[in-house]
Amino acid sequence: MTGPAASAAANPPPDNLLEVRGLKVHFSLPRKGPFAPAPKVHAVDGVSFDTARGATLGLVGESGSGKTTTALAVMRLAPVTEGNILLNGQEIGPLSGEALRRQRRHMQIIFQDPYSSLNPRLRAGEIVRAPLDQLDVGDRESRDDRVAELFRLVGLRPEQQALFPHQFSGGQRQRIGVARALATQPDLIVCDEPVSALDVAIQAQILNLLRRLQEEFGLTYLFISHDLGVVQYMCDDVAVMYLGQVVEHADRVSLFREPLHPYTNALLSAVPSADPVLRDRASRIRLVGDPPSPIDPPPGCRFASRCPFAEERCRAEEPALRTIGEGHRVRCHLVSDDGVPPHRASN
Amino acid sequence: MTESTPAVPAEEPVVIEVERPWREVWRMFRANRAAVAGLVTLLLIVLVTVLGPFVYPVDPFAAAGPLLLPPGEQGFLLGTDQQGRDLVIGLLYGSQSTLTVGAAAAAITITIGILFGALAGYYRGWVEEVLMRITEFFQVLPPLLLAMVVVLLFSPSIYSISIAIGVVSWPATARLVRAEFLRLRELDFVKAERAIGARNARIIWTIILPNAAPPLIVSAALSVGIAILFEAGLAFLQLSDPNVMSWGYLISVNRPQILEAWWPVTFPGLAIFITVLSVSLIGDGLNDAFNPKLRQR
Amino acid sequence: MSALLEVRGLSVEFDLKDGAVSRVIDGLNFELAAGRTLGIVGESGCGKSMTALAIMRLVPVPPGRIAEGAIRLAGENLLDASEARMREVRGNDVSMIFQEPMTSLNPVYTIGDQIGETVRLHQGLSRRDARDRAIEMLRAVSIPAPEKRVDEYPHQLSGGMRQRVMIAMALACRPQVLIADEPTTALDVTVQAQIFDLLKELQQQTEAAVILITHDMGAIAEMAQRVVVMYAGRKVEEAPVDEMLTNPKHPYTRGLIACVPHLEADPALERPPLMEIPGVVPSVAELGRGGCPFAPRCAEAMDRCPQDMPPETAVGEDHTAACWLYSATEAAA
Repeated sequence: MTGPAASAAANPPPDNLLEVRGLKVHFSLPRKGPFAPAPKVHAVDGVSFDTARGATLGLVGESGSGKTTTALAVMRLAPVTEGNILLNGQEIGPLSGEALRRQRRHMQIIFQDPYSSLNPRLRAGEIVRAPLDQLDVGDRESRDDRVAELFRLVGLRPEQQALFPHQFSGGQRQRIGVARALATQPDLIVCDEPVSALDVAIQAQILNLLRRLQEEFGLTYLFISHDLGVVQYMCDDVAVMYLGQVVEHADRVSLFREPLHPYTNALLSAVPSADPVLRDRASRIRLVGDPPSPIDPPPGCRFASRCPFAEERCRAEEPALRTIGEGHRVRCHLVSDDGVPPHRASN
Repeated sequence: MTESTPAVPAEEPVVIEVERPWREVWRMFRANRAAVAGLVTLLLIVLVTVLGPFVYPVDPFAAAGPLLLPPGEQGFLLGTDQQGRDLVIGLLYGSQSTLTVGAAAAAITITIGILFGALAGYYRGWVEEVLMRITEFFQVLPPLLLAMVVVLLFSPSIYSISIAIGVVSWPATARLVRAEFLRLRELDFVKAERAIGARNARIIWTIILPNAAPPLIVSAALSVGIAILFEAGLAFLQLSDPNVMSWGYLISVNRPQILEAWWPVTFPGLAIFITVLSVSLIGDGLNDAFNPKLRQR
Repeated sequence: MSALLEVRGLSVEFDLKDGAVSRVIDGLNFELAAGRTLGIVGESGCGKSMTALAIMRLVPVPPGRIAEGAIRLAGENLLDASEARMREVRGNDVSMIFQEPMTSLNPVYTIGDQIGETVRLHQGLSRRDARDRAIEMLRAVSIPAPEKRVDEYPHQLSGGMRQRVMIAMALACRPQVLIADEPTTALDVTVQAQIFDLLKELQQQTEAAVILITHDMGAIAEMAQRVVVMYAGRKVEEAPVDEMLTNPKHPYTRGLIACVPHLEADPALERPPLMEIPGVVPSVAELGRGGCPFAPRCAEAMDRCPQDMPPETAVGEDHTAACWLYSATEAAA
């Protein structure tokens, strides 16, 4: 199943469940001295994307790229400094209090760590039931039935409601987290690294479960992961983030077949692969150094300090996110207008 | 698609396996003999305190026999003090004020401590700033002096003494609670509560606070011990309700004769020592019982 | 092939709380030549890390013990060596890189002190020479401005830098065997690629034998020449890397490879469900119940699998597997 590619056009079609425009999340750090300016972390710095209903948008990037903060901001769990978030066409960025609570039944989140995401003092049944109680969904009896149904849906037995989280394995705990996210029948589920804390053999169980549920209920996923293999398998569209910005955004086939941004290319070539073709790719790029810190980022292209193709212009002038071809967006001066990336051009 | 097998086999009766976290704590606590001894001693003291006045319905301040009678003579098991009062009666009635003040002061300590610590740790920002400055203000005042001032401001009574002790000892609890809240509020299950639309009050009191309970319970037990010592100290300085018998008062009034008669000072002192020791042992036992590293042994 | 490190019939046992004994490693065999890399893969709880600790003779005693077997390093059986001899071996002949670079470094000493300590201990270098060696090692692991970095503390370095320092420490005495236990799981992929390149380069220079413990088949493919797949403390399959990836025999190995979505240069439009390995790894208490430990999770399990332990059988050239699918004709011993 492939979803329609997210469109970058100014007037997005109405079938977008989630639209994010110019999202910024900035944090201030404690000042170093009494008169020094407080350093600002530009965790998310002007991110825009659309997610089509029933599709999966992947957010990938290294630590510090702002992918998780973006997801938390969309969930209104991180403070939004600037920008618009539209869910079902309704602006949720400025909502607070009851109005925000009412929107919460339409969006839910699955966390990375199946250990810290479940309250150790509550029984599994109470955890899955909590969203229904908190958001007043259904009456008392229908909630009991719904919880039992949710347990079955995620591959647990309803009798296991009585158990505490520590009595489950990691994979089962993640199923409880999925059941909780599913409880209020949301439209959007943010999956924040949902399998990276799990053992390899368990990952497949959860990924299959997520895809089955998506098909069954027409869910839309915002899927955050650093594992490109998982992203390629799960996502219809992929946005690559670097230091708080989207540097490339395309549907899955064009992004993995024809990566345009040097950073995307470097990221793909860094993945250790069992595939000899991938391993010997001629255009394989090795990055030097670690990703720079998102505190007070320098002017120009944020990737310039690690980019093997960087020129004078890259360090001075910040590139815009341009659309090339069919909805393939890229933020790089050196990609030509007909879509020739610098690593191809130099060959 | 292969359906995954749950780790718990189907035929096992699932419910039986459930061990409430508290039951596990009790199991660990029982394994600590010193703590159990402390608990038994404290329960005995409480029992004696509650039953004492029914068995001996007398005025503890009234003289019962000759002055400074040594223990065991004329039927006075622990002897009499410098005003001829029976020390057994004195200890029995004195424990009332000691235990009441200990419990009440600890309750005040915990209540203010939780309130300040929880709000500061959960809301952060200016709330934290204001609450923690107030906490620090109370922390730098000399506790004994502050308590004396509070007691003298109102007339000495069990209430004023409990309040005085509570007011000087809550900052440590507030800091502890705040630290726990700062740690717990970042955990994903707290984020999950916000994601399902839980209100702040629910998150603070029913989600985070129970998870902060283990160190808080240990600290509560210890603050009972500290409050008892404080009460004795204030009574020794004659800052206790003159109409209520207390161990510290007994020590204080019999102090001048300590060289001629050791017993009216020693027995109340011993009573204070044993009470505080048993409370501390219980606190220690709780500390071990809540420590997950020890639990795995 | 003359083996530098030879592990024969290694078994490690742990005493459990209820008095039972659990075999967390059971009859493990493998060997490794100088300059080569052996990958050990499996889920967590399969005995990968315990194998590394056993080679270093760092199994916690009690409750654990090395029950039987031999670990020969250049012919010397380390299991017969004295504790004093083992202290010479550790860090000098055999050294180890751990998963979590932050907790493996002592936060109160400079990185120069920590690298220097190993060489001062094992090679009796003076403080000044040790510092020079530390700088030289930092340069070897491509840390910029090593003269400056040598006096910094672990918290001043990024995760990737710390892992480089760990590698510098592990290689400071030019060990014959380097054990890398999930050395890059805490790192970003671009940094992981740098660390792998560095390890390969240093290995070429020093001719060290490397044991790479990981759950990532891709990492194995990049780094190793041979693979051992472990399950529940036993070796279930061993083969050269390309053979293992293209022709896995044991159902567990096949599951491990198929259950992970691999990155493809040209992704297909169709995405069939991933193969699943149902259930979970047996717990320590469940080990040694007789029969193939993988049988409860195996889609191809036969009647005899839960009863009889399958022997290691040749299933191809230089390729062995312990599975009744391939030794069905033999009777159980």
